[in-house]
Amino acid sequence: MHAEAAIGRTGLWFAVLIVSILVFMTAADSGFAAHAVIVGITAFALMAMSAARFDPLGKAQGFFKMPEGPSKYDDDVIRWGVIATMFWGMAGLLVGVFIASQLAFPQLNFEPYLNFGRVRPLHTSAVIFAFGGNALIATSFYVVQRTCRTQLAFPALARFVFWGYQMFIVLAATGYLLGITQSKEYAEPEWYVDLWLTIVWIAYGAVFIGTIIRRHEPHIYVANWFYLAFIVTIAMLHVVNNLAIPVSFVGSRSYSAFSGVQDALTQWWYGHNAVGFFLTAGFLAMMYYFVPKQAERPVYSYRLSIIHFWSLIFLYIWAGPHHLHYTALPDWAQTLGMVFSVMLWMPSWGGMINGLMTLNGAWDKVRTDPIIRMMVMALAFYGMSTFEGPMLSIKSVNSLSHYTDWTIGHVHSGALGWNGMITFACMYYLVPRLWKRERMYSLRMINWHFWLATIGIVFYAASMWVAGVTQGLMWREYGADGYLVNSFADTVAALHPMYLMRAFGGLLYLSGAAIMSFNVWMTLAGRLREEAPMSDAPYDPQADHPIVQSAATAVPAE
Amino acid sequence: MSVYETLRHFADSYALVVMLAIFVTLCAWPFRPGATRHNRAAAHSIFKDENDGE
Repeated sequence: MHAEAAIGRTGLWFAVLIVSILVFMTAADSGFAAHAVIVGITAFALMAMSAARFDPLGKAQGFFKMPEGPSKYDDDVIRWGVIATMFWGMAGLLVGVFIASQLAFPQLNFEPYLNFGRVRPLHTSAVIFAFGGNALIATSFYVVQRTCRTQLAFPALARFVFWGYQMFIVLAATGYLLGITQSKEYAEPEWYVDLWLTIVWIAYGAVFIGTIIRRHEPHIYVANWFYLAFIVTIAMLHVVNNLAIPVSFVGSRSYSAFSGVQDALTQWWYGHNAVGFFLTAGFLAMMYYFVPKQAERPVYSYRLSIIHFWSLIFLYIWAGPHHLHYTALPDWAQTLGMVFSVMLWMPSWGGMINGLMTLNGAWDKVRTDPIIRMMVMALAFYGMSTFEGPMLSIKSVNSLSHYTDWTIGHVHSGALGWNGMITFACMYYLVPRLWKRERMYSLRMINWHFWLATIGIVFYAASMWVAGVTQGLMWREYGADGYLVNSFADTVAALHPMYLMRAFGGLLYLSGAAIMSFNVWMTLAGRLREEAPMSDAPYDPQADHPIVQSAATAVPAE
Repeated sequence: MSVYETLRHFADSYALVVMLAIFVTLCAWPFRPGATRHNRAAAHSIFKDENDGE
């Protein structure tokens, strides 16, 4: 690196450090001061690295491993993204098991930093935005390069996207534990973290769209359509839902630009489309690339994938009001949300069928290839939760299920079954290719992971169905004199066994992910486990000879 | 009429029809005559890069 550039960079980070010290000294609240310290430490580390990197004779790539030439795909960001996905996945699932245990054993609420109210958003954001988000960034950069047959556009910006996104995660996660939240589900980070994410997201869009523009394939493969819809829509949702006025420019508090029912509707327009475009469109992009690649067969129907795409785009955006059934929201808006949710069932199942039928003629791979097995299970759960969702959005069903654990079970059959399984399968696909290994360290461990995760989801979803219906029925039960029969605490006591089963299911899912981490770690270390193959035609040398008739052993007549 | 009502009438009439027409066109587009070859090529395009090499 040239001396001028090194000094310039060091000076830039020094300025950020000074600003964060000033903010720390003038901060309006302790949470904002703590975040200023985190930013300051990061700036100091980058300043030290910029200064240490000054090496006029050294290679130009440096710590951020800039690509050397256009002849290779730019995969370093993807490698970091895979590791980050694994790390945040373990963290998010561990926190999930912790809060599940808190619900079963309230003694585990350690005040104030680790009480349920602060740790729950840590769990949801860690699994959705940290685990899922890193998986989406990594796979989108992988898929867009392979399908466009070109190197990632703006390599420096791509590195900023990855590290900037990690900064967002760290600020959001520490903020929750410090009590910084704007109390909007899946949009808890406060105004300054939202602004930072907006910058990172625009950079992400620039890298992705830039790569598509410089493609060498004439057609843009359908997976990129889904990734693009995800990036563009999340930008729109994030900006609109987080419109807020900060109380102070050196404080963490802000107030929403909307009020009352408008605020609630904006929030659930955001919240449901976060499910629709982050957890569905983005992960469908993974499905449309990695399932055909792993099955070595083209997608069943390219036409169906296009209908799937446009139907999701046109229908999903209207479904949000079903989160506000039987509230102050106008009745027509609730009905609109319900109708569009029910209509969504069809394209969702079209997509599921498209994914599953891709295996047509290769179904034996479900038996021999544990990665394909994970993908099939992911698609099955995609189908199941996209049936359950429309059903729950019907007002009469919702009058039983609303505010109960049924919703939690529904979310987790989608998140653990669909998002988790497809992400794990993609990571198993990517790791040997990115690190140039023959295969994963152990295929049998993938099989163990598959079964632990599947049984974990069964425990989770089944216990939450029972818990949800129990809750719903107990809450609405009237006695002969017109009074409610059960107090809220009665329902909590009734659910205790279900909460234990749920925590057990989560523990199984976490242990599957722990096996995966070990497997990935060993693969990165270059090891191959010696193990019996997943399937083998049986051979019995004892029976492998001609039949010799001998007189001595002739069977006597009856 | 208020701005809300004007916009609301527009959304319930012309905007709705236009959106529906766009949606149907986009869904019907891959079914146009001669698109079969194009769809097939697109579905197979991800296998051109079989070695996954850098």
